[in-house]
Amino acid sequence: MDVANKVIEIITREQHFEPGKVTIDSTFAELGIDSLDGVNIMFALEEEFKIDIPDAVAQNMRSVRQVVGGLTRVIEGKDISDLVAMAKGQTPAAGN
Amino acid sequence: MGAIASTGKNVPSFMDNLVGARSGIRRITLWDPSALTVQIAAEVPDYVPTDYFPLKRLDLTDRFAQFALIAAREAMESSQIKIAEEELPRFGVVTGSGMGGTQTLDREFFNLYAKNATRLHPFTIPRMMHNAATSQLCMEFGALGPSLAIATACSSSGHAIGEAFHLIKFGLADIMLAGGTDAPITYGMLRAWESVRVLASGDGNPSRACRPFSADRDGMVIGEGAGIFVLEELEHARRRGAKIYAEIAGYGASSDANHITQPSVEGPARAVRLALDEAKVNPEEVDYINAHGTGTRLNDVTETQVVKGVFGEHARRLAISSTKSMHGHTMGATGAIELVATVMAIERGVIPPTANYTQPDPECDLDYVPNQAREKKVRVAVSNSFAFGGLNAVLLVRRLE
Repeated sequence: MDVANKVIEIITREQHFEPGKVTIDSTFAELGIDSLDGVNIMFALEEEFKIDIPDAVAQNMRSVRQVVGGLTRVIEGKDISDLVAMAKGQTPAAGN
Repeated sequence: MGAIASTGKNVPSFMDNLVGARSGIRRITLWDPSALTVQIAAEVPDYVPTDYFPLKRLDLTDRFAQFALIAAREAMESSQIKIAEEELPRFGVVTGSGMGGTQTLDREFFNLYAKNATRLHPFTIPRMMHNAATSQLCMEFGALGPSLAIATACSSSGHAIGEAFHLIKFGLADIMLAGGTDAPITYGMLRAWESVRVLASGDGNPSRACRPFSADRDGMVIGEGAGIFVLEELEHARRRGAKIYAEIAGYGASSDANHITQPSVEGPARAVRLALDEAKVNPEEVDYINAHGTGTRLNDVTETQVVKGVFGEHARRLAISSTKSMHGHTMGATGAIELVATVMAIERGVIPPTANYTQPDPECDLDYVPNQAREKKVRVAVSNSFAFGGLNAVLLVRRLE
C-alpha cells in the first residue's frame, strides 16, 4: 500500500482541492491548511488506516512528508516515542 | 429581513404562501418516518445546500447555521446596507436557537452508540454548538460588536431580536443582525417530541394537521427554518436613506415561574404589557397580534385568556392569527419568522390567516382571521412567543410614519 498516495488523496478530498495540487513536497502552510483542518485530516487518516495517532503527534504535523513519515512508522508498528517526545517538548519539527 | 422556512426560501415567497393559506407541512422526507406515530413536519422544500455554499463551507456548517446564513444574506442584501470598517465594532449579531446543531449531533451520536465509533468527526463541536449560527454570521459579515446566542426554546428568536433591539437602544451598537434558526427534524428529536404527546399526527392529511384555536385542534407540528433582521439605529438608517419596513418599539420579557412545560396566563400577559409600556402604546392601538398559536389544546386557550386580560374589550376588535398553522413550529426560529410575517403584514396591509380553522371553540372566541388573509391597514402589531419553561418574549412593531 502506498501511504504517500493515500495521504495525498485524502488531503485532496478533505480540503476539496483540485487533483494535482497536493504533492509530497507540499507544506500545510503552502496549502492553507490550519490546525483545525489538520485535525480533520488526521481523523480521515485514522479512519482510513484504522490506527490511532496520538494527539501530540497529530498536532505537530506541518507537511505532507511529515505526515507520510509519521504515519508509515505508526502503521509499521515502529517506535514513535521520539515524535511524541518532540511534540511534547514543543520542539519545532524537522523538515519544515 | 430574510427568511427560509417550509413556506418559502425567501421573504416574498414565504409571505405569498402565508397570505395564500398554503401550508408547508408534509410527510417527512429527510429520512424515513415510518417508524413514528407522527410522520409529518414542516421541512424547507427542495433544499440543496450546494446551491448556497461551497463544499468547504458546508463541512463546518450544520443545517441550522446554513439556514441562518441564508436568511442573513437575504436581509443584508435587501437592506442594501454598506458597513464601513470603522463601524464594524458597533455591528453585532444575536441569534436564537432552541436546539442547535441537532443534525450533526444526531449523526455523530448514532456513530458513537450504534456503530461503536471510537472517535467522532473533529468538526462535531464547531458544528453543533449553539453559537455556531451567530459565529458564522459574524464571520460572514465581519461583525465585531457584541454578539450572543440565546437559547430559550420557542422564545429564542423573540428574545434574540429583543436583546439586539435593546443593545442598539441603549447605545452599545448601531447595527445588529438578529433572529433565529432551528433544524430539529431528526429521528431522535421527533421521537422525543412524540413522547411529550403534543404533536398533531395529521391523520393522513398533513397540510391540515395544525389547527390553532380550532375546537378540533390536536397539537403542534415541528418545523425548521430561519428568520433574520437587519436592525439599525433610526438616525443611522435615515441618514443613508434606508428602506425602513417598521420600527421595533417594544420588547417584553418575562418568566412564569410556574411549570416546566405549561404556560401561565400572568407571565405572558406581563410580557405583553411590558412591550406596550416600552413602546408607549395603548392596548387599543394594536391592530394585529401574531400569536404563539402552536395548535395545542393548552397554548391556544391560555393565549386567548392572555389577550383578553391585557386588551379587555379591544381583544374582540383586534385581529389575531397563528401562522404556525402553515409554517409549523420552528422552535428557535419561530419568533423571527413570525416577526417577518408581522412586519410584512404592516408593509403589505394584509394579515395572514390562521389556516385550518374548522370549528369555533367557545374557549377561544376571538377573531383569528380564519382561513383567508384579510386586507387591513396595520399600524401597530405584536408578536408573541411563549416558551416551554415559562419564558416569554413579546415584540411590538409599528409602521414608521
